[in-house]
Amino acid sequence: METLSYRHATARRASGTKNIALVGVVASCNLEVLVERVLPDTECEVAISTAAEGFGKVWEAVVADFVERRSPGGLRLSINDGGARPDTVSLRLAQAVRTIEEDAS
Amino acid sequence: MSAAPAIIARDARSWYEASARQRIDALLDASTFVEFIGPEQRETSPHLALFDLPEQFDDGMVVGHGTLDGNPVFVAAQEGRFMGGAFGEVHGAKLTGLLRAARDTKSIPVLILFDTGGVRLQEANAGELAIAEIMRAVLEARTAGTPVVGLIGGRAGCYGGGALVAGCCSALAISEQGRLAVSGPEVIETNRGVEEFDSKDRALVWRTMGGKHRRLIGAVERFVDDTVADFRAAAVELIATAPAFGADVLAAEQARLEQRIAQFGTCIDAVDVWKAEGVPDPEAIPAMPAQPFIALADTIRRTRHDAR
Repeated sequence: METLSYRHATARRASGTKNIALVGVVASCNLEVLVERVLPDTECEVAISTAAEGFGKVWEAVVADFVERRSPGGLRLSINDGGARPDTVSLRLAQAVRTIEEDAS
Repeated sequence: MSAAPAIIARDARSWYEASARQRIDALLDASTFVEFIGPEQRETSPHLALFDLPEQFDDGMVVGHGTLDGNPVFVAAQEGRFMGGAFGEVHGAKLTGLLRAARDTKSIPVLILFDTGGVRLQEANAGELAIAEIMRAVLEARTAGTPVVGLIGGRAGCYGGGALVAGCCSALAISEQGRLAVSGPEVIETNRGVEEFDSKDRALVWRTMGGKHRRLIGAVERFVDDTVADFRAAAVELIATAPAFGADVLAAEQARLEQRIAQFGTCIDAVDVWKAEGVPDPEAIPAMPAQPFIALADTIRRTRHDAR
């Protein structure tokens, strides 16, 4: 297993009032993303645990692109990865932010 | 400009396609579910790291409470896509704890949304112990007056230790997709040879382990269509009609099973069982849609369940 962690400054806070959301599942070529609103509004952290070792550069690029597109200020995203492709990771990250930004029901 | 695709109504959603969390959300009254030991607590398996395998934050088991038709229920759901919904140490302990909490209430029912291949091989001893603990907890809950109802309709079916637990429940509902058996197709083929059971023969698998056969042979109380609404209706009904539990019920169940093996023990295929049971046109059963099948099953004497 390899663990990776990336911390970024963000332009703005992720909207909404929910404090937690969970998307995805740990299965082959899939991943789960647990997103928690626990950081200052101008920060974001993505922590990854993956069985596919040696892909740090790809993760770094995918996470940087995600932060630039979504500005997930205040969020910590924790990933358990089952060997997902970068496009799947991007979609799950976007889904995670979209889910926590929904109005609390 | 074409209209936006219609979003499938909550009640019409497929149980088979839904995740564990989606099933709970759709089954219970809206926004009433409260989770115990949620994913944010990161109560993950202590064994998977030894095998260099990824963990899941909820270990594939979601437990909590909510209301169903306005009445309080405990609910547990397995995520069949994570390690085949298999029982590990934490996965099992969450269900054991839920059942013991329900037992202590002496009334509030438990729904178990099965979706499992059985014990997780990477933590086999802990998983086997978990099955034993869960079976005891189910029987203690029922003895105390708490119905335990199982719903089976997921991708992984309900196999191995999961089937043993299901066999201890007050009542079961199953869909066509929900298979119920202790030994799975590949296990039987590996141990007894392809002549005994060809696991690649999907028609054989479905008519031997699938929901229709389990309904006709009396292993489950209700056959339902693969929708959230049908599973909810069955859950409400089975909770309301769950029988009391005691030594006399177990004796009746033992007698029922003995009679079953006496009547069908020499049948070599499920179709033979249905024929012996007097089902008209048994060859037509596998292709029959859900509603006509439910109507037919209700006319078969054997499926009246007076034991369990």
